[in-house]
Amino acid sequence: MASAVVVDRLSKHFRVPEREAGLRSSVASLFHRKHRIVEAVNDVSFTIEPGEVVGFLGPNGAGKTTTLKMLSGLILPTDGTATVLGFEPFRRDNEFLRRITLLMGNRNQLQWDLPAIDSFELHRAIYRIPRSEFVRARDELIELLDLGDLVNKPVRTLSLGERMKTEIADSLLHQPEVMFLDEPTLGLDVTMQRRIRTFLSDYNARTGASILLTSHYMADIEALCKRVIVIHRGRLMFDGDLSELAARFGTSKTIRVQLADTDTPAATAGAVDAVVAECRDRGIEIDDARPADAEAAAGAAESHFDGLVTLTVDRSNAPRAAALLLERLDVVDVSIEEPPIEDVIDRVFADG
Amino acid sequence: MGEIVRPARIVEGRLRSLAAVYGGVMRTSMIRTVQYRANTLIELALMVAEPVVYLVVWQIVARTNDGSVDGFTAGRFAAYFIAWSWVRTFVQGGSPGNWERRVRDGSMAGFLMRPIHPVHQNLALWVGFGIARATMWIPAGAVLVLIFRPELHTGALQLLVFPVAVAMAMLARTFTQDTIGAGAFWFTRISAIGSIVGLVELLTSGRLVPLELLPGWAQAVSWALPFRWTFAFPIEALIGPMSSGRLFTGLAMEAGWLVVMWMVLRVVWSRGIRHFSAVGG
Repeated sequence: MASAVVVDRLSKHFRVPEREAGLRSSVASLFHRKHRIVEAVNDVSFTIEPGEVVGFLGPNGAGKTTTLKMLSGLILPTDGTATVLGFEPFRRDNEFLRRITLLMGNRNQLQWDLPAIDSFELHRAIYRIPRSEFVRARDELIELLDLGDLVNKPVRTLSLGERMKTEIADSLLHQPEVMFLDEPTLGLDVTMQRRIRTFLSDYNARTGASILLTSHYMADIEALCKRVIVIHRGRLMFDGDLSELAARFGTSKTIRVQLADTDTPAATAGAVDAVVAECRDRGIEIDDARPADAEAAAGAAESHFDGLVTLTVDRSNAPRAAALLLERLDVVDVSIEEPPIEDVIDRVFADG
Repeated sequence: MGEIVRPARIVEGRLRSLAAVYGGVMRTSMIRTVQYRANTLIELALMVAEPVVYLVVWQIVARTNDGSVDGFTAGRFAAYFIAWSWVRTFVQGGSPGNWERRVRDGSMAGFLMRPIHPVHQNLALWVGFGIARATMWIPAGAVLVLIFRPELHTGALQLLVFPVAVAMAMLARTFTQDTIGAGAFWFTRISAIGSIVGLVELLTSGRLVPLELLPGWAQAVSWALPFRWTFAFPIEALIGPMSSGRLFTGLAMEAGWLVVMWMVLRVVWSRGIRHFSAVGG
């Protein structure tokens, strides 16, 4: 089966005007305008297979939205090629537009003063969806997104989360085969974020649609995307499994140790301190991240001390540190984990 | 992963599909007109107020000038300006400022992402608004007729020509506004250019004064510009009297300008979209 999205050495450079602050430079710019070239996307290549859900990560200004706009045909690339479902996006063939969707979390496409149900009807007319198919898809989306009567209220009266859900429903009525989602959970509360994540996951499983998703909420990425593409300053930095990202960019691991002795926190804390010191003596970089444990050990919350100790160790020495902990302490359970993905991403961008 | 679901589509010809899309967009703009009823009524009131002011002034001038001005009687002025108010209500066709706003606030992206050209979307939108407003105009128009007693000289041929002339005027005016509006793809503020064109339109379209009352040179200028054909001509065709020769000349001029506007619009839009897409969307 052909790839849903093929991006080959795609670049986009913008020529943007710039000037100093103030009236003088404002007047001067009337006669001589300065420009500079911004390389928003540079030589980016990747493919997305049918049914794949891919996270597209990068800090603000990394080139994520520019890439999504090129893939949906809104922006002409400066260089390179892209095909989506076999179409060249910038030609904006009607058949292409009928088979994709671009949802931007900060943009509204629904008619502001009308109930969403009227915008849905407009969508049906524009996308030429058969009535029976439309009613089935509409009712299904209303149920899955728990929209209920919200679709009968003017859009301007809905909350941000409610509006986002109706925007999502509207953008999916024509059952797109490829979805470009730019921050679909932006500004939503945790419950609403979770609901939309669940919905997208179900939608993908049910329809086999390919999804390229940008989000600043790592929970979105972890819940939906096995694979991530990381872009920074317009350049592709990583393309692979989410788990590999931590392995490649994470410099540390987290060791969680469950100690047997939870009755004498002060003594336990002392024993852990001794092991940490021994690790450092042996050249193991170890970060004793135990504020809560230490507090408990100091007696402030002695009765709540649960014996759980968390330590961050440099990646290569994690097995040695774990072995030492097991040897020196009375351990009930131990786990060695990758660091939180947010930390890895922060590190990628900081180093990038 | 389930089987990939290919969505169902209505299979039909391009024209039939376009007509159906027009129907859907027009329906939405009609709903919006009714939804914003207070706003629509105020706009209608303003559209009726403007010609009524002109009408009252010209009727006073006619009465103080032995009942007519260059053959324009009070009844003929009434017919002209009442027809004026209906034609203007129907052919409004948006403004360049709408495109400027869409580019600035990003909603242009939504227009471009739909499987129908933005010009078609805008035209359908304004035809819908036009039909809804022109229908809502009828009670106000009836009151104007009762008060000002228009004098009509409308024959059967004129009744046939009028809807064609109004439809072409609607198209030509929308294309003009869209062409100026497409300037927003290059320049952040395009409304100023729209205002300049609007001023020329005001002076040469017959909106301020019936063109027959203008001096010869001004009439010649108005002949050479599109605005008289896309505004005064449908009005004059309705209120008569007008010979069949003048009717067909008017239709031919209107059709000619319509073709010119359409071609200019196509060129400006295709280049504008390319530029817009190149600089950022």
